[in-house]
Amino acid sequence: MSGPSTYEPTSAFERWLDKRLPIIRFSADLLDFPTPKNLNYWWTFGGILAFCLVTQIVTGIILAMHYDPSGAGAFLSVEHIMRDVNHGWLIRYIHANGASMFFIAVYIHMFRGIYYGSFKAPREVLWLIGAAIYLVMMATAFMGYVLPWGQMSFWGAKVITNLFSAIPIIGPSITSWLWGGFAVDSPTLNRFFSLHYLLPFVIAGLVALHIWALHVPGNSNPVGVNVRGKSDTVPFHPYYTVKDGFAISVFLIMFAIFVFYMPEALGHTDNAIEANPIVTPPHIVPEWYFLPYYAILRAVPDKLMGVGAMGGAILCIFILPWLDTSKVRSMRYRPQAKIYFFFFVLACIILGFCGAHEVDDKVVAGLSGFTLLDANINSYTWVSRIFGLYYFVYFLIITPMLGLRETPLPVPESISSPVLSHPAAAPAGAAAAPEKKG
Amino acid sequence: MADSVTGATSQHGEDLKDPGRRDFIHIAAAAAAVGGVGAIAWPFIDQMNPSADTLALSSIEYDVSKVPLGQEVTLLWRKQPLFVRHRTPAEIAAAVKDDSADMKDPQRDEDRVKAGKSEWLVVVGVCTHLGCTPAFGGGPYGGYLCHCHGSIYDTSGRIRGGPAPKNLAVPDYAFLSATKIKVG
Repeated sequence: MSGPSTYEPTSAFERWLDKRLPIIRFSADLLDFPTPKNLNYWWTFGGILAFCLVTQIVTGIILAMHYDPSGAGAFLSVEHIMRDVNHGWLIRYIHANGASMFFIAVYIHMFRGIYYGSFKAPREVLWLIGAAIYLVMMATAFMGYVLPWGQMSFWGAKVITNLFSAIPIIGPSITSWLWGGFAVDSPTLNRFFSLHYLLPFVIAGLVALHIWALHVPGNSNPVGVNVRGKSDTVPFHPYYTVKDGFAISVFLIMFAIFVFYMPEALGHTDNAIEANPIVTPPHIVPEWYFLPYYAILRAVPDKLMGVGAMGGAILCIFILPWLDTSKVRSMRYRPQAKIYFFFFVLACIILGFCGAHEVDDKVVAGLSGFTLLDANINSYTWVSRIFGLYYFVYFLIITPMLGLRETPLPVPESISSPVLSHPAAAPAGAAAAPEKKG
Repeated sequence: MADSVTGATSQHGEDLKDPGRRDFIHIAAAAAAVGGVGAIAWPFIDQMNPSADTLALSSIEYDVSKVPLGQEVTLLWRKQPLFVRHRTPAEIAAAVKDDSADMKDPQRDEDRVKAGKSEWLVVVGVCTHLGCTPAFGGGPYGGYLCHCHGSIYDTSGRIRGGPAPKNLAVPDYAFLSATKIKVG
């Protein structure tokens, strides 16, 4: 925690407890935490994510009370939850759609971090822990999707576990070890259930570290300059408890629309068919939040290279603090970086669309195109390749080069100065020292 | 130890005289910890490998005469699809013709079937890319096509195009009689 504690025990009991377990002091300091006063709504997604994690854990523990993690019983027990368990349908739909809401929030949270340079010194470890949370989230979501034991669950599990078979020599031993058999089967489902129950608590532990690492340097902010003193901050409570609470309420409206009006919109109809090891569904797609990576995987014609590219795409996120050479945190003052960033967001969305289509589908219907190397130029293969390439170019070339070459706009001296120097505020504030290259 | 220690300085002096005694205890304790963790780690890792009852169900028998010419059956072997295909002379000829063609995983057709039984193609129906089940009758070679990621196999189950690295696996099997095979 930064700054001395401001907590004053008021009662005899509080004084007694404070000497033995200063838990009230700890909570009071958390609530009183000095937070930059200029955080916008993009900063509310941290709170939204904490809410999502609690929702998933609570609904998940309830579902586990009614679920049977065996190959023979899993599919039927999910039907049992949906039809027979009191309010089972509601709790399951909250849990299933909650995973999607969790990912919507985490992607916005990550894009916010990239745009405002929240990963830059001294917040590299904070970013790394966040990236680790994202990785464990992906593992948790993947295993959770296997549990209903429908066709898409089964074949998704098969395709993803087969990624490990790309590893030379030891690959097949690893897949057989993951499966506990010669293929995805009941033992696989059992262990996925066990791990799906465990990993959310691992995430909770990582979240504690994430918040700890946040509280050492304090929040970043939209202007990207360091907090200069008390005049730049407000206490977390009530200012941001209320702001986060309002954002969570708005987020819950969207969440509720999915749960009550289109609970299956983000799912796949094939998962309403019980897992069958000898019939592959005509079109296997992962859940929407994995589609960009799936597109990158399929864009590469070689198995090992494809798996490597997918892993590399995730690795790029981890090493971002050491790729970005710009000293200016916020892209508000980096007009060129802003353009590349928005194009990067667009590339991720387009890759998502590519991942949802079959590789040979025509992008523009009715246009025959021509074959370039191994695939039609008018197929999703080539669209995936172009935008997949941009994904890597953004991280590995644009981000390091741009910081060295661009001329950023002048960065304000303090968090307050852009407000005071705004044309609407009568006396023009002192112009900030222009932040020069690098 | 204790009775030989008469004071702090004496203990210190003893250390200087024979530092090896303490080092030995440290090294022995560390070695026991490393060895113990290593020894107990293996059972915890190996428990995830296929269990004895899973391994016990690993072979099946099948009467191939039930498959008419030009058709195939999909059996479940080790919880995976197993194709038993009764190939037509045209399919065999197409496979043999390409024996010397440029392939990712070169193999002759006769090495993928039993001698004198080239009409029977027995392969594991698991795409060597990411494990989908390919379907017969697609792709330019008239063999199998995996629609997940577009891997193309010929009438011998050899990989001819797409991302898969290997031919469809031929399991260990033998003809027990003229028409009965035992797989696994």
